[in-house]
Amino acid sequence: MSKSTADEALELPPVESSEFPLTTAQVGMAAFLCSEAAFFSTLVVSYLIYLGQDQSGPTPAESLSLTRAVINSAFLLGSSGTIMLAMNSRKANSLGGFSVWMFVTIALGVMFLVGTAYEWEELIYKDGLTISRNLFGTTFFTLIGFHAFHVTIGLVLLTIITCLERAGRFSAKSEAPELVSWYWHFVDAVWIVIFGVVYWMGT
Amino acid sequence: MAIAESGQSSASSPLVTQLHGWVTTVDHKRIGIMYILMSFFFMVVGGIEALLIRMQLWVPDNTLIGPDTFNQLFTMHGTTMIFFVVMPMLTGIANYLVPLMIGCRDVAFPRLNALGFWLSLFGGCILYTCYFTGDALYGLGSAPDVGWFAYAPLTSPAYARGGAVDYWILGTSVSGVGALTFAVNLVATILTMRAPGMKLNQVPLFVWMMLIDAWLILVAFPPLTAAQIMLILDRYAGAHFFDPQSGGSALLWQHLFWFFGHPEVYIMVLPAFGIISEIIPVFSRKVIFGYASMAAATAAIGLISLGVWAHHMFTVGLDDRLDAYFSAASFLIAIPTGIKVFNWTATLYGGRLQMRTPMLFALGFLSMFLIGGLTGIMLATVPVDWQVSDSYFLVAHFHYVLFGGSLFALMGGCYYWFPKATGKMLSEKLGLWHFWLLFIGFNLLFGPMHISGILGMPRRVYTYQAGQGWEFWNQVSTVGAFIMGFGILFFFINIAVSLRSGKKAGDDPWDAWTLEWATSSPPPSYNFEQILAVRSRRPLWDLKHPEDPDWKYE
Ligand code: HEM
Ligand SMILES: [Cu+2]
Repeated sequence: MSKSTADEALELPPVESSEFPLTTAQVGMAAFLCSEAAFFSTLVVSYLIYLGQDQSGPTPAESLSLTRAVINSAFLLGSSGTIMLAMNSRKANSLGGFSVWMFVTIALGVMFLVGTAYEWEELIYKDGLTISRNLFGTTFFTLIGFHAFHVTIGLVLLTIITCLERAGRFSAKSEAPELVSWYWHFVDAVWIVIFGVVYWMGT
Repeated sequence: MAIAESGQSSASSPLVTQLHGWVTTVDHKRIGIMYILMSFFFMVVGGIEALLIRMQLWVPDNTLIGPDTFNQLFTMHGTTMIFFVVMPMLTGIANYLVPLMIGCRDVAFPRLNALGFWLSLFGGCILYTCYFTGDALYGLGSAPDVGWFAYAPLTSPAYARGGAVDYWILGTSVSGVGALTFAVNLVATILTMRAPGMKLNQVPLFVWMMLIDAWLILVAFPPLTAAQIMLILDRYAGAHFFDPQSGGSALLWQHLFWFFGHPEVYIMVLPAFGIISEIIPVFSRKVIFGYASMAAATAAIGLISLGVWAHHMFTVGLDDRLDAYFSAASFLIAIPTGIKVFNWTATLYGGRLQMRTPMLFALGFLSMFLIGGLTGIMLATVPVDWQVSDSYFLVAHFHYVLFGGSLFALMGGCYYWFPKATGKMLSEKLGLWHFWLLFIGFNLLFGPMHISGILGMPRRVYTYQAGQGWEFWNQVSTVGAFIMGFGILFFFINIAVSLRSGKKAGDDPWDAWTLEWATSSPPPSYNFEQILAVRSRRPLWDLKHPEDPDWKYE
């Protein structure tokens, strides 16, 4: 005998639904991203507080290049689009489409990291900007470094997800790829803030 | 069913197997208990440190403990009590109860939950490793001596040589990550795993407060972690965040620390509010007064407490307008807090009060939290703060809220839910001893600190000269400290005695109304044989009183 028929026999009112619009895993991921947002806000605020405080140079205007940043941003922002296409293919049950778009996403992410490495090389060896050189170096390398670290983690996750999906280890209902894509979008959103605060305001 | 069988067979299996079962467990109840045991362990450690501090202050010009060791003692004491006593105890209680209260079988991410516990424990171990490093064994040389708030530039490479500060950073940040996993779990569990029919405005108030608590952890701990990373970079990579000589700012550390630190005090006190909101109705035999206003007040606290951090910084000389803002915002917090105190009192009013131990602790909490709250308002008044900040008055304030408030309620919670977790009752007689020794000792210890503080005794001094009128108050404090230590001994004796030969508790010894009492004591590893449908805020009342259920009125 099912539970509800027992309730009806006792003349209890029907229970109202208490469904939450997101799944458990989605709420977990959202909560985690909230804490990540708090983390990055702290780094961004610290960057802003010291912006322009230390005139000993190199200053942002002297050493940052907007073109370099725009090209680099294009890689990362583009990858947000491609991962969306990958998720759409997955919903459409196309493993081929999923794999291709994931591959493109990972490639764009790697290109972004290469771009960052190139930028750092120029900053360090051409401009002599290091973490200990001045406050700009201190805050810049901390903020950008932690973002790049998150991109790296994201790339590892994307690779794992792609391999597992190709190996058929996820059911169609599995939320893991979707949640990893949330993380990737988040890292992207943080970059937009960084772009505005560091590159656009600084140059 | 397989889980249940393995759970039962472990009771009779050899010790190694049982231990293995505990270490590898992902059951929220066992993890909860391990958190609480960890808290007890560190309570003893932190307590011994406190007694040493009090012994040193027993007479003027005492030479029992040198100034260096004294600095290390109050640093370790504060850090231990906040990160490794109160935090794990509230985490443990919440871990144990929340799934039971909302009628589900486990938390959202059980393995993440286990990870969180081990991170917290390792955090504590890392902190205490400092006592075994370098020249430490000769005179405990390497413990951090920078206060629990680790102000810059005391922590800069120039002033803090050796690894002591690094142990502080690593220990607290690792346990902080543990707290984050707890919060993620809790939010997901509460929002998506409630029993059928249980709406968000029907969960027990404890669950409401833990939800806000988790939110505060999510937004307040990461800034601390970020600040700690900056500090590490300052110390080891030549960064200049907190280094005034290279343009950095020691004040930035204070801002970041207190942006974490103030919400943290609410993270520690909200679970206490929640526990009180469960205990008072049951032992007054009345429905809680003003459920909705209680939940709303909690949410208000969760928001306002994020905007008042600089009231810890009035004495650094901020802009007057900033002082005014932070003072006003701090007063504002008294409103939702006042609503709560009003609701608890209204619940007591006209109730059939049953003075069992949990209820005593609840009333003890109420009275002492009230005092702590009032001195808080005084401190939020800028000129008063300029006068008494960094004096023993401040020490009195935060112990009244943290110990008299938070820890008292958490201990009351231990009495209230112990029968559920173990199937045994705690002894009322030993409980009375525990309560009264603690209550009297506490007030003897911290009450006089208001006076010595107003008389000008600064906090963190390792000794003082005779003839300033401080001797008497310090001696009362020290006596109180030992009475209190004695009281806590009764707590542990009570637990040991009852585990061996306590009265059987039964499923619902207090005749309570929330779901955790609907299952057996201790609950099976799957919590509920059948998940109950919920129609009101007191589902168990509805079951017990089908002739007059709550859902007819709600
Ligand atoms: C009505 C509510 C409260 C107000 C207005 C208030 C106000 C204050 C103020 C202004 C200070 C800073 C004093 C100074 O540094 O000069 C302070 C310190 C402190 N408060 Fe409160 N407080 C309140 C409630 C609480 C609660 C609920 C807790 C803990 C559960 C708490 C724990 C502390 C601690 C630990 C400190 C000392 C921090 C340190 O310097 O180490 N307070 N409070
Ligand atoms: Cu505060």
